[in-house]
Amino acid sequence: MKTESKHIILKAEQLSIGYKTKKKDMVISSDINFDLEKGQLIGLVGENGIGKSTLLRTLIKVQPELSGNISLNNQNLKQISAHHLATQLSIVLTEQLTSKNLSVFELVALGRHPYTNWIGNLTEIDFEKINQALELVGVSDLKEKKCFELSDGQLQKVMIARALAQDTDIIVLDEPTTHLDMYHKAYILKLLKRLTQDTGKTILFSSHEINLAIQLCDTMIVMTKEVTVTDQPCHLIEKGVFNSLFPKDMIAFDSKTGSFRVTK
Amino acid sequence: MKTNKTYKLQFLLLFVILALCFFTNISLGSVSIPFKSIFGSLFSTIENSTWEVIITNFRLPKAITAILVGSGLGISGLLMQTLFRNPLAGPFVLGISSGASLGVALVILGSGLFGGAFAIALASKWSIVIAASLGSFLVLMSVLAVSHRVRDTMAILIIGLMFGSITAAVVSVLSYFSSAEQLQQYIFWGFGSLSNLSWNELLIFSGIYFVGLILSIASIKGLNSLLLGDNYAKSLGINLKKNRFIIIIATSLIAGTITAFAGPIAFIGLAIPHLTRQIFTTSNHKILLPAVCLFGAIVMLICDSVAQLPGSDYILPINAITALVGAPVVIWLLVRQRKMMF
Repeated sequence: MKTESKHIILKAEQLSIGYKTKKKDMVISSDINFDLEKGQLIGLVGENGIGKSTLLRTLIKVQPELSGNISLNNQNLKQISAHHLATQLSIVLTEQLTSKNLSVFELVALGRHPYTNWIGNLTEIDFEKINQALELVGVSDLKEKKCFELSDGQLQKVMIARALAQDTDIIVLDEPTTHLDMYHKAYILKLLKRLTQDTGKTILFSSHEINLAIQLCDTMIVMTKEVTVTDQPCHLIEKGVFNSLFPKDMIAFDSKTGSFRVTK
Repeated sequence: MKTNKTYKLQFLLLFVILALCFFTNISLGSVSIPFKSIFGSLFSTIENSTWEVIITNFRLPKAITAILVGSGLGISGLLMQTLFRNPLAGPFVLGISSGASLGVALVILGSGLFGGAFAIALASKWSIVIAASLGSFLVLMSVLAVSHRVRDTMAILIIGLMFGSITAAVVSVLSYFSSAEQLQQYIFWGFGSLSNLSWNELLIFSGIYFVGLILSIASIKGLNSLLLGDNYAKSLGINLKKNRFIIIIATSLIAGTITAFAGPIAFIGLAIPHLTRQIFTTSNHKILLPAVCLFGAIVMLICDSVAQLPGSDYILPINAITALVGAPVVIWLLVRQRKMMF
């Protein structure tokens, strides 16, 4: 059920990211360009410290871009109000929840914040969206549990349900597969893939699971020291982009199987 | 926020207990008044005018003060624990009580340094109230000014504690140069007291309290989103800076006036939110806020009843009672759960 129309949700032009200090700008990565289409699963990969998190933080407006342009639904990110942004973009971060005393239902219900009234009363529509999100992710049976009772894998699913309940066009996840075992890593990424197909949402995630990402993603953004390339995984393999991802004396990319192997 | 849990039964129960505590509190005291007359005096006049005076001018304002102090400290404790993501935060972490102590110390202890005529002018109760309010207000403003530059809430917490240390040091220096009577007066203020509030004072007290209460109710939604963490709250469209400002102002209004009128009352603000979470197993502030209100009022009324030592003429310092009740409760909670949730 792939969307045929080329509806661009998130666009980056000549984007330069990094940190602003008083003296000068610390550029982490520059010349980033991409168009992310509606209903796609997009994986962001690159080695540690290359700037994946910085890029995601810039895209979700937690930190300002150094130069260039980001547009969300054809609107400049800078000009989107915080409240309006909350209805268009939701996030799943690596940071710990402040309170794990929240029940799963309460946590997912917080996703409805942009839509509720001044005191946060839930309407019938809100309940519907919350239950729908819980069901889509398959955690309805955990509803009454407290977050501290959940395993890492369950908690990650619940966090994804919360982002779904926020009912946004795009969901951005920062390393959703860390701390998870191999089964749950595959499970979460397959879940994300299914969600893009079922809901038509665009999902952008950063990950170190390159082998899985190559198999599941519609588009991948590969960050290396020199360039940032965005394309379909098969094209990226053809172009040999993955070969330059890591130092060759340790790990090499096997383009036949589409996976990385340790060099012996 | 839970599927349909509104905790109606618990709220009803707390209301009943609150009413019971209220009447018990009024009926206890050095002069024993029959329960029937107490009821009578609340709703109409009774034959014994001495009793009526005791009830309307002494016991009733004191019971209302206890309710305002208990509920107010509970609210400030809840707000601070959520804002600072720290289960050990209480209403005084921002330096509110230390600021008030400094103001009062300057008035009581410093009066000796400024000479006789000035000292007499400063001896009145209002000067203590004003000094305490000014002191907590000034310390709070400094903390707010710093917090405007510092974005990390933990840093604000530590800055508040540092302000506390500075004021404590100034108070030590002042007490070193003070006379025994002045020291005694200062220490008595530090004991805390729910009595001695006239109806006029109570009116001002409750006025400021309600402004703080309204601000707290207005920040319920923001408080709930803070449970996720700053970045998540932001992603939900919450204006963090504005929210933090409102929460701090609400706390300082409530805790500041309480300290000004009743002295620095310990432990209630810290313990009440934790006790409340034992009954209301939710993190939703829409439920927790009214719950800590009720619970705080109940505990304060009980503490006050205990402080009067039923059947005797003595009134123990309320601060000692709240600590005696509060500290074991916190220890018990820690031992039982091995972890403080908030």
